[in-house]
Amino acid sequence: MTSLKVKTLFPLPRKLLKLETDDLLLWVLILLGAIAGAIILAIIAFLGIEALPVLQQVGIWRFFSDPSWNPASGSYNLTPMLWGTLLVTGGAVAIAAPIGILSAIFSHYYAPNWLATWYRRLIELLAGIPSVVYGFWGLVVLVPIINRLHPPGTSLLAGIVVLTIMILPTMTLVAEASFTEIPPEYLLGAASLGLSRWGTVWQIVLPTARSGLLAGLILQMGRAIGETMAVLMVCGNVVQVPDSLFAPMRTLTANIALEMAYALGNHRSALFVSGLALMAIVICLVIVTEVVSHPKIYD
Amino acid sequence: MNRNLTFLVASIAAVSTLTACNSSNKQLTKLTLTGSSTVAPLASEMAKRFEAKHPGVRIDVQTGGSSRGIADAESGVADIGMVSRSLKPNETQKLQAFAIARDGISPIVNAKNPVNKLTNQQIVAIYQGKINNWQQVGGKDAPITVINKAEGRSTLELFLSYFKLENSQIKASVVIGDNQQGIKTVAGNPNAIAYVSIGAAESELKEGTPIKLLPINGVEANTKTVQNSTFPLSRPLMLVTKPAPSGLAKEFLDFAQSQQVYDLVESQNFVPLTPKVAQTRN
Repeated sequence: MTSLKVKTLFPLPRKLLKLETDDLLLWVLILLGAIAGAIILAIIAFLGIEALPVLQQVGIWRFFSDPSWNPASGSYNLTPMLWGTLLVTGGAVAIAAPIGILSAIFSHYYAPNWLATWYRRLIELLAGIPSVVYGFWGLVVLVPIINRLHPPGTSLLAGIVVLTIMILPTMTLVAEASFTEIPPEYLLGAASLGLSRWGTVWQIVLPTARSGLLAGLILQMGRAIGETMAVLMVCGNVVQVPDSLFAPMRTLTANIALEMAYALGNHRSALFVSGLALMAIVICLVIVTEVVSHPKIYD
Repeated sequence: MNRNLTFLVASIAAVSTLTACNSSNKQLTKLTLTGSSTVAPLASEMAKRFEAKHPGVRIDVQTGGSSRGIADAESGVADIGMVSRSLKPNETQKLQAFAIARDGISPIVNAKNPVNKLTNQQIVAIYQGKINNWQQVGGKDAPITVINKAEGRSTLELFLSYFKLENSQIKASVVIGDNQQGIKTVAGNPNAIAYVSIGAAESELKEGTPIKLLPINGVEANTKTVQNSTFPLSRPLMLVTKPAPSGLAKEFLDFAQSQQVYDLVESQNFVPLTPKVAQTRN
């Protein structure tokens, strides 16, 4: 009765109001989405425009075929830095991903409640430490230790170790988040089937959380590729394809950070090319994971 | 209506005469500096302090290399050019130079390293990878970690030109960006050798960082030898003008050479010019 009364009393304004808020929300979302998209496009366009002068003068191919990276004297080989970026990222992700997932499993399914809570706080703390701090620690503690094993200490290995510690919390936190989203019925079902704890984790939890875990993998890979200061401080920055774990090397990000302050003309432009290369790697990464993960998430 | 309009016109007139008075008091309210990317950060700091003391004055600092500084000062595009080297003979005839600081570069090693001096040939051989163990130059039996500067840094250019090296000849084990990074790396590695700005190394030494500055050609590497130009690996940082400076340009040049900016010079790891101040500091 009362609801009918209200409806007859205010039929139009309510409907209008509802429409308006919905519309408003829609338009705000469209606007924000457009802004985000435009920013990405603007970044790519800016990188392209800044890189254009040197690309026009020397062409793309010379960035892979030149004898060395000496932009001041007109050699622009980027391949050693591409390799450096891929090796240090790949190494760190290969170590951090399993450890991160296992530690999330530990705190979610095995650890007693009080321990899991503390463990989680600790991981969150680890995620919040600025990368420069890790880099500085690497430079004054880790590098001298490696130097005693095999000089000069600043090396691919140091980069991998520092990056692993940095991206580990990202992986753990995202993995935990995706475990939390698993429908409780799945776990109840597993329990009623009499599956052991590890059996549940292996056969129910991991397959169900796969898309979340993949997202975590991408996130940490993105962080590892983009990391600059820590890598700059511990990797040695020599432009070469590292021939062992103890060899120094340079990543694309470190290249930009090292040289931008003093780069002019073509040199500056060449640094934007290394930015473009970085962008290309990230785009490829996103496409690959999209193709790999998408069709089979919930089959 | 009419009264309002008169009031408006009157106030506009008043304001414009006021601004006219202002601008006639200071003939020039804007200075443009272009040139060396080494001097530019120091010049911008000086400009900021100068602007704070002279309200209404704007100083525009643009980088582009020493040669641009010289070209722009000569053509009049810039009021003042910034140059991070000594002027060549044909340049000294056309331009007036005002040194604002000196920059010295010295090899550094870890304090634990027993090697106390290296000849120029030894330094060249170490950087070319021909000498790769400290034993060969009278030190311990340990491989040498060669630290080089990143491409484009002026410290690198000065080092290369003094030792007549090409960057592609250098076999580095570590490539660094700024002086601090080089000092930290040498402090953490007893077998490393690097070359850094003397000002930066001295300020780190005072804080107890375990590094050692090596002499070049037997000349001690410190602020005093850089100031009196006896240290071989150094260069002046200069501001240049074409006409004899007057007005605001002269005021700024005097300011840039005065003791009021020595703290800025030191904070950029350069060496101030008058020895008197350095003596009171040491």
